[in-house]
Amino acid sequence: MSERESALFAPVVFAGGLVFGLGLAVSGMAKPEVVLDFLQFEDLGLLFVMGGAAVVTGLAFFVGTTFLERAPLTGRAYTRRVKAMDRNVVLGGAVFGVGWGISGICPGAAYASVGIGNLPVLWAVAGMFLGAYAQGYARSRLAG
Amino acid sequence: MSAFTPLLALGLDSLFPRGILPYLAGGALVGLGAAVIYLSTGIIAGASTFLESTLSYVSGVERFNRHEYVQSRDWRVVFTLGIVAGAAVWGFVLAPDPGAWTTGVQWWRLLGGGLLVGVGTRLGKGCTSGHGVCGVGSLSGTSLANVATFMAFAIGTAQLVAALGVSP
Repeated sequence: MSERESALFAPVVFAGGLVFGLGLAVSGMAKPEVVLDFLQFEDLGLLFVMGGAAVVTGLAFFVGTTFLERAPLTGRAYTRRVKAMDRNVVLGGAVFGVGWGISGICPGAAYASVGIGNLPVLWAVAGMFLGAYAQGYARSRLAG
Repeated sequence: MSAFTPLLALGLDSLFPRGILPYLAGGALVGLGAAVIYLSTGIIAGASTFLESTLSYVSGVERFNRHEYVQSRDWRVVFTLGIVAGAAVWGFVLAPDPGAWTTGVQWWRLLGGGLLVGVGTRLGKGCTSGHGVCGVGSLSGTSLANVATFMAFAIGTAQLVAALGVSP
């Protein structure tokens, strides 16, 4: 890690991940069945997962960018998550959506699903690595 | 609960057969986990960059070895192990019915869907946590466009798969 970090850096990232994963498990998102029920309009609860999470992170972004100077453990400035818009954002979203609709699995939820002992989800994790590798390889080729 | 009775009369109980509280509590915890990392480190954590940054350990492909991936790959592994551990704490300790849970969704759906998720999330610069939680929390137009797109395609796909009689 290139930044000069506090000894607390890794423990805090782990603790944050722990709460994040706990939330994914509590909400049921770690179960593809629950996600598929949502996408088939049989249980709209997932709206409250993404909505509730976005409200909490939105508050954190507001507090960080409005009232705080630099992050204590890294010295980083606080910013918002704003990425440039281009065709790939929509194209990637469409491909992601088809994959999510087929499997009921997205990256964070898949890791959490491993944690609740769902070993078949390793198929999805393997698929995600293969997919990420394929697109990275293709884009390196196209750029080079 | 009596305050919810009029809502139930509107048929909301059929839209939320598992109730609302677990979803809301889970979502708040997901946001809290991201907020803890953000407020202490300034890092906006998404779950899908882990795929590319982790590939940099084993692949020489230029794309995975960009500076931002190599310098963040260690903490992304730590973050992901945290996610696995947090879910395990719920599944095996705190849940009302502790014990391993296994999906009935068929392996080829997991593999094929996962493959498209891997391509799509990297092409589209984020996933349900990066765009859907942190991006929406940032009121980013890019993220809102990505979320609207993946929601529409996911709903269409899941309905189609169900209509074709594939279950689970």
